[in-house]
Amino acid sequence: MLTLISPDGTVGDRLPITLEEMRRLYSDMVEARTYDHKCMAMQRQGRLATYAPFEGQEAAQIGAAATLRPDDWVAATYRDAALMWRAGYPWSLLVAGRTGDERGGQAPDGVNVLPPSITVGGHMIHAVGLAWAEALRGSDRVALTSFGDGATSEGDFHEAMNFAAVFNTPTVFLCQNNGFAISYPRAEQTRSESIAMKAEGYGMPGVLVDGNDVAAVFEVVREAVTRARRGGGPTLIEAVTYRLGPHTTADDPNRYRDEDDAVEWREKDPLERVRLLLERAGGWTPEWQTDLETRAADVIEEAVAMAEALPQPTAEEMLLRMYEQPTSSIESQLREIGS
Amino acid sequence: MSELTLAQSLNGALATALESDERVVLLGEDIGRTGGVFRITDGLRDKYGEDRVFDTPVAESGIVGAAFGMAIAGMHPVAELQFLGFSYPAYDQIINHVARIRNRSNHRFTAPLVIRVPFGGGIGAAEHHSESTEAIYAHIPGLKVVVPSTPSDARGLLLAAIEDPDPVLFLEPIRLYRAVKEEVPDSYYTTEIGPLRVEREGEDITVVSWGAMMKEARAAAARLEESGVSVEVLDLRTLSPIDADGIVRSATKTGRVVVVHEAPRTAGMGAEVAAIVQERALYSLTAPVRRVTGWDTVFPLKRSEGHYLPTVDRIVQVAQETLEA
Repeated sequence: MLTLISPDGTVGDRLPITLEEMRRLYSDMVEARTYDHKCMAMQRQGRLATYAPFEGQEAAQIGAAATLRPDDWVAATYRDAALMWRAGYPWSLLVAGRTGDERGGQAPDGVNVLPPSITVGGHMIHAVGLAWAEALRGSDRVALTSFGDGATSEGDFHEAMNFAAVFNTPTVFLCQNNGFAISYPRAEQTRSESIAMKAEGYGMPGVLVDGNDVAAVFEVVREAVTRARRGGGPTLIEAVTYRLGPHTTADDPNRYRDEDDAVEWREKDPLERVRLLLERAGGWTPEWQTDLETRAADVIEEAVAMAEALPQPTAEEMLLRMYEQPTSSIESQLREIGS
Repeated sequence: MSELTLAQSLNGALATALESDERVVLLGEDIGRTGGVFRITDGLRDKYGEDRVFDTPVAESGIVGAAFGMAIAGMHPVAELQFLGFSYPAYDQIINHVARIRNRSNHRFTAPLVIRVPFGGGIGAAEHHSESTEAIYAHIPGLKVVVPSTPSDARGLLLAAIEDPDPVLFLEPIRLYRAVKEEVPDSYYTTEIGPLRVEREGEDITVVSWGAMMKEARAAAARLEESGVSVEVLDLRTLSPIDADGIVRSATKTGRVVVVHEAPRTAGMGAEVAAIVQERALYSLTAPVRRVTGWDTVFPLKRSEGHYLPTVDRIVQVAQETLEA
């Protein structure tokens, strides 16, 4: 498993990026964690529907998304807000989605990030189709799909991996192995030693990476993206990480896992190791940290305000979202609700 | 104009689509080298190339899911599933993704793809090869469900489905693939998705059907005409969105309605037709709406097909009961 930055912030022989780039990734992770904490708090206040936190997985998501071009495709899940944001999806729309508003699924024009998949596993093949279409028309866009360890047990994982390899599509499969599928531990999810090794059976490269190490994730995903962009086909990346929080706000992890594990994983925190590294390299000060946190809080507050300022959706909008032109059935039901 | 079977007409429509729109690609099991299990795509891979017509691994969910991704990226894929009874592995993709992406993304992403599926019985096929489960698809908001029964409708509706900005499930009646021939224009034309087709006009009773059962509906009407009954025959052509106005117009005129379908009766599309008629034309009716359908059984194997499929006799008998009610 590739690790470049140890939990104590020390680096082996090399880093794939400059100190300045590392500061940007750190700043992004701080912003993402601020969003995550804010959403947890908002859910407790009854301002959001269920929320699925990603705390602990910031490096896997930010590191991966940072390798993409703005016009690349992303097909991710309900736990991938950090990844989606780093790929161009605004925080305000992510919040709007969690307040229970379909308008949150409307990525801005030019942002090729699909709304998050809520069912597990069905979306991986979409990144195969997206990438396939791009290859067929001769563009060099790639598609990245993100999913958890649980999704690899779905039949659709097999179909997506197989299609991607057979048609050599420019698809990057990013598995964030966060240890649990709700309560079901990774060790029981599959008898494979790793998820990455499953790639071999499909005839594509599989890479195991420390998912809490943003530099290592950046390096392996960048390599996969570059290969895909050059026509070299798909890659499966397993980023080993840990979901520090519950599955969702409706979940109680104490029912299925040992709190000691979470404590141990907190010591491998993806942000802290970068902070230590930057501090040692003269790229971090307490003042900068305060600045980052203040700015992140402002950005997230503004996003929340935008989401909460969306007018109450109308019944007409609900019906008019189904087809480009309302069908005869939709039209008659629009009349029935009195519009 | 060329005289074509329904199968030939579909093949011609796919060729026309490949010819006229570079966004169109075909994918499915065995559709390339062999031209598909029913040869509907025969010759298209040779003519339009391996970059337009793809043989895929045996994976229905994968075919539809990949086509869905291609459609979001701006292509107009036409996926083939070999039989409706093989479509269920793709049901999750269809119901949870294909039919929903416009809603989920508030129109930002759309899925203009066509899923072609041969369906229906009467050819003595193996289990799962004779299903008529159109109702479970017509129930899904966001999807359109189209069923041609004539060669010229097949061309016009398929080209319309490929042009459509929303996903279309295109059901092809297996029993009619080579059972009928008709003059079909060679030109590019579309037949609007939605409106039903009045197959023949009549005054005394309306027979509503679609797909392969149109053959029996037509024959029953001819027989009834011999005894002086004027029968209006409607071919729904589109099951979703259903042409409620067209059904009501005919029911109001004749006052008697018989619905004929191959699928099992319970919660079949016949129930939808009957509900539309009673909601909007009850006071024009002189008899209850009747359904002539497959039974509430699994579609039987070859030796029992005759017990299952609605026959001309059954349709005529129920029509006569309706006329005498």
